[in-house]
Amino acid sequence: MSIIRYQFPSLFHITPSDRFSSLREDLNRLFDASLPSFSRESGWNPVLDVFQDQDNVLVQCELPGLKKEEIDLSLRDGVLTISGERKQDLANKDGEAFRCERYFGTFQRTVSLPTPVDSAQVKAVYQDGILTITLPKTEAAKPKQIEVNVS
Amino acid sequence: MNTLTKTAQNAAASGVRRVPFVKPLANVRETAEGYVLQAEMPGVNKSGLEVSIENGELSILGRRSDATPSGQLVYRESRAGDYQRTFELDPTIDGEKISAKMEQGILTLTLPKTERVKPRKIAITD
Repeated sequence: MSIIRYQFPSLFHITPSDRFSSLREDLNRLFDASLPSFSRESGWNPVLDVFQDQDNVLVQCELPGLKKEEIDLSLRDGVLTISGERKQDLANKDGEAFRCERYFGTFQRTVSLPTPVDSAQVKAVYQDGILTITLPKTEAAKPKQIEVNVS
Repeated sequence: MNTLTKTAQNAAASGVRRVPFVKPLANVRETAEGYVLQAEMPGVNKSGLEVSIENGELSILGRRSDATPSGQLVYRESRAGDYQRTFELDPTIDGEKISAKMEQGILTLTLPKTERVKPRKIAITD
């Protein structure tokens, strides 16, 4: 299975009003020059776990601070895509930033599922900032017990 | 408001070996009225949250209420630990009036400044 690698939110996602902006900008320039992938635009890749048991594949994704309606889920050709956008709320616009570690913006995670699933029976629950998607396996994909008669 | 790094020292001093805490990502903003702190703690609800103030330090502890799903682990990125982080409080904050809200894994703390330090307009009398 292939999963797009998780990256930490950019460490240098700091607004210009930050107290140490000039120092941070210098550091940013230094990092941008040596590590092109470490840019401000690297985006948010929410943390994701995959479990499976006999009947289901379970995908859990940490998406704190969203609304249920802001999360998009799609399943196509055995590939589950979770996407959406976290918008800046009022609490993050007023005043002067002291500390700015949280990431805002669009995200997308893609999971190539380990077994075929029944797309009509997929359930998703969003609670305490964690999205849990239960994907029942198709009958053909479930492990089967074969009884052996010993004569 | 600075972040303190006392957690590691405390744990070492007590000699108790435990699952390391996850340091939640936080945003802190200052307005004329006070500070607003937001910390990301997915998996924590109101009942698992402890916010305390001691010796001018604000301590946040978030215990996860979500159980690890049963079944075989296929792929893991999350760090299943409880959350803890300590902030040094600005002395101008009124400790009595701090309010907390927990919503979809985001803790929002409103830390108002004392009336004494808030900017105020002074009316001029004739």
